[in-house]
Amino acid sequence: MLDWTRMLFAYLPLLVFLAMVVAFGGAMTVVTTLLGPRRPTRAKGLPYECGIIPAETARRRFSVSFYLTAMLFIVFDVEAIFLYPWAVLVRHTLHIFGLVEMAIFIALLGVALLYVWRKGALEWN
Amino acid sequence: MSPAATSVLLAVVVALVKGILIIFVLATTFAYLTLAERKISARIQLRFGPNRVGPFGFLQPAADAVKLFLKEKAAPEGRDHFLYLLAPALAAAAALFAFATIPVNQTICIGGTGGAGPLSASCPGGYPLHWDLAHLNVGLLFILAVTSLGVYAIFLGGWASNSKYSLLGALRSSAQLISYEMAVSFALVGPILLAGSLNLEAIVGQQHSLWFVFLQPLGFLLYFTAGLAETNRLPFDLPEAEAELVAGYHTEYAGMRFGLFFMAEYINMITVSSIATVMFLGGWMAPLWFLPNWLGPLWFGAKVGLLLFIMIWVRWTFPRLRYDRLMQFGWKVLLPLGLANILVTAVFVAVR
Repeated sequence: MLDWTRMLFAYLPLLVFLAMVVAFGGAMTVVTTLLGPRRPTRAKGLPYECGIIPAETARRRFSVSFYLTAMLFIVFDVEAIFLYPWAVLVRHTLHIFGLVEMAIFIALLGVALLYVWRKGALEWN
Repeated sequence: MSPAATSVLLAVVVALVKGILIIFVLATTFAYLTLAERKISARIQLRFGPNRVGPFGFLQPAADAVKLFLKEKAAPEGRDHFLYLLAPALAAAAALFAFATIPVNQTICIGGTGGAGPLSASCPGGYPLHWDLAHLNVGLLFILAVTSLGVYAIFLGGWASNSKYSLLGALRSSAQLISYEMAVSFALVGPILLAGSLNLEAIVGQQHSLWFVFLQPLGFLLYFTAGLAETNRLPFDLPEAEAELVAGYHTEYAGMRFGLFFMAEYINMITVSSIATVMFLGGWMAPLWFLPNWLGPLWFGAKVGLLLFIMIWVRWTFPRLRYDRLMQFGWKVLLPLGLANILVTAVFVAVR
């Protein structure tokens, strides 16, 4: 076999397993929908709100802090991904050179965290 | 058949058998983990726990499953029909799928001359039996990628329900999960630096003389803490917080649809414990030098079981954090500590 076919070959079991877990989730959903009694009433179909009839839809505006957290997550998570290939190579290939380079990168990351911290983006009011 | 077609067919058959085994073992462990949780919590609170169905309540999970299947599936009006059904199936499927690259034993060479080494990359003339479903070089990255799919399931489930409690739970949960996901990825960089590989079997092989938990005690604590938050366990179970949010994102789910969310949560607990075992506790290696190493899966299971017990113990010991404290703990404590841990470890690895 060629090299790239051997590489793809390692992912073949994943494809099989993916089909299996999707079938599992689908089968459970279908079976549970088919079984059991079905006696819907008006009150039973209402979203739960402590017994009060819901006044409006639940899909409305929410706190901006959640949006901010998502933005920060994208920034820091992309930076975390950069750490992974570096971490694999430090021991056998990069040694001190990699250490210095990544120390600068992590310092920048720390400064960014400090900035976000001081700006108050991590506070929840 | 040509040799290539034969090897493809063999790979598919082996994957099918391993997949059925993984699903069966995880589902059974999940069932008995719920029983263990109820029994242990009962003992902590000086109660007996379930003891009516079968001896010592051993058939309780089966009774629960039958009950969940046969319940009426009440569903809220105004829901998004497709996403409402998709979310629990996605949660369970992602939780099961993540287990594909976790090795529970070292590779065994059947026939051939290679013998069972710690890595046994070579097995000339024989069949190398890997004890994980897919033997990837980037096994850890795969797990991190698939476990983050759980966020989609929780958020879609909460949003599709058209209930205020569900939406609040889903919002809290997605913010919490993505925040602690970073703590998880930073905590796992330490063992990768020490091992110089992302292949989980190679990482365990590197712990032959000394488990990484002794070199990375801070990394282990960071990972386990963030893992508790990733699985929505107390003291970080804000997404459910039954006292304030009823049940959070799965308030409007009934029967086995709720059961699938529940199953995903417990299987994620097993996965987090398994990753901690592989990365820090020496995987399948015997805990004491005089114990036989060939009982690999047994030692693996014992270590995972110990971590699961600690998770349950923690749940019934600590009170829940307030939400702002929870988010600040993730960003202001776990994240800087994780960065510092990476730097110190890198200095040791590079200078050595």
